Amino acid sequence: MSIPISYNIRNLWARRLTTALTVSGIALVVFVFASVLMLSQGVEDTLVATGSNDNVIILRKSSQSEMMSAVSRDQIGIISTFPEVGQTQEGKPFATSDVVTLININKKGSNDMGNVAVRGISSGAFALRPQVSLQEGRWFQPGMYEIVVGNKIHDQFVNMEVGQSVQIGSKLWTIVGVINGGKTGFASEVWTDADIVMTEFNRGTTYSTYTFKLKDVNDFETIKTKLETEQRLQDLEVKREQEFYLEQSKFMAGFINGLGLFITVIFSFGAMIGAMITMYASVANRTVEIGTLRALGFRRTSILTAFLIEAVALSSIGGIIGLFLASFMEFVSFSTTNFGSFSELAFGFSLSGSVILWTVVFFLIMGIAGGFLPAVRASRMNIINALRSS
Amino acid sequence: MSTLVEVKNVTKVYKRDTMEIPVLQNISLDVPEGEFLALMGPSGSGKTTLLNLISGIDQPTSGSILVGGTDIAKLNESALAKWRSNHIGFVFQFYNLMPVLTAFENVELPLLLTNLSKKEKQQRVEAVLSVVGLADRMDHYPKQLSGGQQQRVAIARAIVSDPTLIIGDEPTGDLDRKSAEEILVLLSRLNSEFKKTIIMVTHDPHAAESAHTIQHLDKGELKSN
Repeated sequence: MSIPISYNIRNLWARRLTTALTVSGIALVVFVFASVLMLSQGVEDTLVATGSNDNVIILRKSSQSEMMSAVSRDQIGIISTFPEVGQTQEGKPFATSDVVTLININKKGSNDMGNVAVRGISSGAFALRPQVSLQEGRWFQPGMYEIVVGNKIHDQFVNMEVGQSVQIGSKLWTIVGVINGGKTGFASEVWTDADIVMTEFNRGTTYSTYTFKLKDVNDFETIKTKLETEQRLQDLEVKREQEFYLEQSKFMAGFINGLGLFITVIFSFGAMIGAMITMYASVANRTVEIGTLRALGFRRTSILTAFLIEAVALSSIGGIIGLFLASFMEFVSFSTTNFGSFSELAFGFSLSGSVILWTVVFFLIMGIAGGFLPAVRASRMNIINALRSS
Repeated sequence: MSTLVEVKNVTKVYKRDTMEIPVLQNISLDVPEGEFLALMGPSGSGKTTLLNLISGIDQPTSGSILVGGTDIAKLNESALAKWRSNHIGFVFQFYNLMPVLTAFENVELPLLLTNLSKKEKQQRVEAVLSVVGLADRMDHYPKQLSGGQQQRVAIARAIVSDPTLIIGDEPTGDLDRKSAEEILVLLSRLNSEFKKTIIMVTHDPHAAESAHTIQHLDKGELKSN
């Protein structure tokens, strides 16, 4: 009972110049919209990938970041005896006591400096974080002023080649290797031996965090209860590692989303008005056709639907082009200070299912909103007046 | 022959701001089934208005219009749209084809409002395009056809749903002499061969000669002859 869709599509084709211009405007806005979502998704993905689901992290209560946290060696000693802590084949706790601090170094291609997290680790860290591997050179030796740098740090900061030195604290540390952290936050860190960092920064016996693998993923609640009841661990809290890093991403992702979406929504009004003008012109050009269709017996609702479909087709073509172009942003990587940890974080644009879904919803809304008023005008035309305008 | 169209005491007044412009005054007219009627008259005499009322795209100010027993002046808009799709075939002066649709698709349009199967639609469209002599131009777009051919496509569109009544508003008004003649021959054939009732508005006395009956309208009133 409705006007064939081919009628609308061919009308878009018949006015291809106007259609192309309108489509470009919509494509541009959708491109920006999708890119913003992909970027905030990228931050989240990177930080979520940094954590593992069966690892838990012990921090001082209400620490926003690892830097702010403090866990004493004694406390770690107590926790490491809990039966819920996984064990390596050698019978040692499957764990690492990390100490995290920041250094300031120069970025490539600009005079800007960036905060880079230096993570002092204990020997258990390698097994605990299998997503990190050695890419170049060798691992640092405990007790020596040696560091390995994350691949993103190696790529984006100056003087980060193996053999070069970096000032950390009062000493010059030699870069002995480059680690590949894949798409995790570890790719944006510098790793070295925890004990030597503690000495250098006079931290005494206080680490930043203690991370270990659970013997059984379901033991999380037990550990939590133990931490709450054990007198000496009252100032600590436990989080699943993945959740902890997800929290770290929230502020940054929220900021990108907030600012980015605010701007795109303003842009989208422009694109919507563009679509509206195109559709009004299209209705005006086809007044006689509308009158004829109504005379033939097509109802007002059919006319309304037909013009809405045309507007949605217009925005969908633009939207799909915009989304397609945005998908190439996956090849682009970004590096900036993560507000969650105050340290440099490299992340990319990530096209997830929910990004696609929201983008589709966005361009459909643009099409419907832009096409609605012109479609209403078309459907309300008086048949006689419409036919007479020939 | 039974009466197909009964126009009874119809008055049509257009309102423009506060002014009332009477277009038709107390018109009564009977059109028997199978009739080929030409409505003539000078510009502004109300002939197109009368045609619009009979075809159900306009409503009278007062009076009644019965077509095949249905008082169309009493139908609401949506019922009237359905009624038009079932009972009226339109032929316009400027053909009013959809430029982006092929001849076949233009003719198929009224059938989209029916429940016919795809195959039945195709058979019907092909049949009527053969009747108007354009079976070989089905895939042509209107701009690839001459004026006469476009009007023949429009006639095919008007008859494809087998309507009760064919309405022509100056169907030859935009055509050269030869094409106009062909259209008139086609309309006469539809009337004599397919027993279609036709009401046609025309300025052209020659065109009116093809009709069985001619009614003259002047200043909103019928002058019987």
